[in-house]
Amino acid sequence: MINDKNSKKIVDIIQDFSRRHSLFVLAYGTGCGAIEIPPTMTSRYDAERFGIRGMATPRQADLLLITGYLASKTLKRVIRAYEQMQDPKYVIGFGSCTINGGMYWDSYNTIKILSDYIPVDVYINGCMPRPEAVITGFIELQNLIKEGKANGAQKYKENLEWYRENQRKVIKDWKMPDYNW
Amino acid sequence: MTIYAKLGYTLLGLLIVLNWGFLMGATFRKIGARVAGRYGIPFYQPWLNLLKNISTRTTITHGVMYYIGPVFRLTGGIGLFLFMPMVFTGTVDGPWTNFSFEGDLILILYFQVFGMLGMALGAGQGGHPYSAMGIARGLAQHAAVELPLTLAFISIAIQFDTFSVYKIVAAQQGGIENWVLFTNPFAAATIILAMLGAMGHSPFNLVKAPNEILIGPATEFEGTYLGFMQSAGSILHVMEAVLFMNLVFGGASNWIELIVKTFLIYFWSVFVGMVFPRFKIEQSVTWFFKVPLLLGFLAIIIYSF
Ligand code: SF4
Repeated sequence: MINDKNSKKIVDIIQDFSRRHSLFVLAYGTGCGAIEIPPTMTSRYDAERFGIRGMATPRQADLLLITGYLASKTLKRVIRAYEQMQDPKYVIGFGSCTINGGMYWDSYNTIKILSDYIPVDVYINGCMPRPEAVITGFIELQNLIKEGKANGAQKYKENLEWYRENQRKVIKDWKMPDYNW
Repeated sequence: MTIYAKLGYTLLGLLIVLNWGFLMGATFRKIGARVAGRYGIPFYQPWLNLLKNISTRTTITHGVMYYIGPVFRLTGGIGLFLFMPMVFTGTVDGPWTNFSFEGDLILILYFQVFGMLGMALGAGQGGHPYSAMGIARGLAQHAAVELPLTLAFISIAIQFDTFSVYKIVAAQQGGIENWVLFTNPFAAATIILAMLGAMGHSPFNLVKAPNEILIGPATEFEGTYLGFMQSAGSILHVMEAVLFMNLVFGGASNWIELIVKTFLIYFWSVFVGMVFPRFKIEQSVTWFFKVPLLLGFLAIIIYSF
């Protein structure tokens, strides 16, 4: 039976297997790092063999890829895209700029630490990370999903107040729709 | 054959068709990858995608029609399947002829439009201002495809004096020279060209491409509904191929023959898609209104005298 504790585990295992081998990526190509996405997807590195493929719309995507520095103006769009994605959803921060600001550490119009605004499951460092590093990041995410540790969406829901507070500090004219998960 | 046995065979057939559709979809992506010099997805990727999609939460709603849209599409696919004889066994009461009856060709023509209509209604209720644009494009191309296709169907119907797909298949038995491909080459040529549009692969896939337009039917649905649409798409692909196989290439006398023939028919459209880049909607509409439509008229004119 589905509600039986042991067989539920089996269902979970099957679901997690399908989730980690079928990641639809919504690439938010903000910074210079986005230029490493085409070689990752095309013939040289071919990320599709791991079940990773691009998706044009947030509603059908599982993985939000923030590829580099994020201007405070675009943060609003990222939040809207992230909140429209359906559970379970994951975020990869890509490049030093998403980790600590990178070479834009003293810029007045970029955000510095991405995980202050949306929950990040995996960071890939480097300026810019090579496709090998990107694929390693994807595989790291797959391992996290396997271990059941990639629950950023859960964290977001639980700490919504804290995230909202940080977001509002950057987005002064807050005119956002409320999504109910 | 009792009605229960018939139902059992039909359900089993639907299962085979669904899985064969997934496998064809995977092979399509694999061939695309190989053409681009990549390794490509594993063959079981569509099943994983389906599993993932149905285990994703679905929380967005735009009203009743939004839910019914994908169901419509699935109904279109299954309806196409229900009235299509799959395997020719010598009797219309045989195991794999489903619920084929006199005049099922007309019903099949109707079911081909059904799915598209469902999508249009669903996306229409989405309320996005641009969804009307996506729908208009989709329906315009669909109409342009259907016109030559219908002319060819009618030509074949006149040729064999029947609207029953089963009888058309039966009339083509007994050797390759009896196929419509050779007995009615104009209708066959029309179908072979218009088929490219019906399959919706590369030159004519602007309608389905989510990144060509902000919000078209293909971008509105998520989660379980995406899974629905994926399954419906697979069933539709196989059923279109089976329809053309029945009408032009002499049907199939067993499942192996069906699989080989539908594979070849499907991959005609895939290989054309690999070579030609995507057409704009006005290009594709004018394309269908030139050669295929002319051939369709010829096919009709020849058989009306
Ligand atoms: S980490 Fe480097 S490459 Fe990436 S966006 Fe920042 S400056 Fe550009």
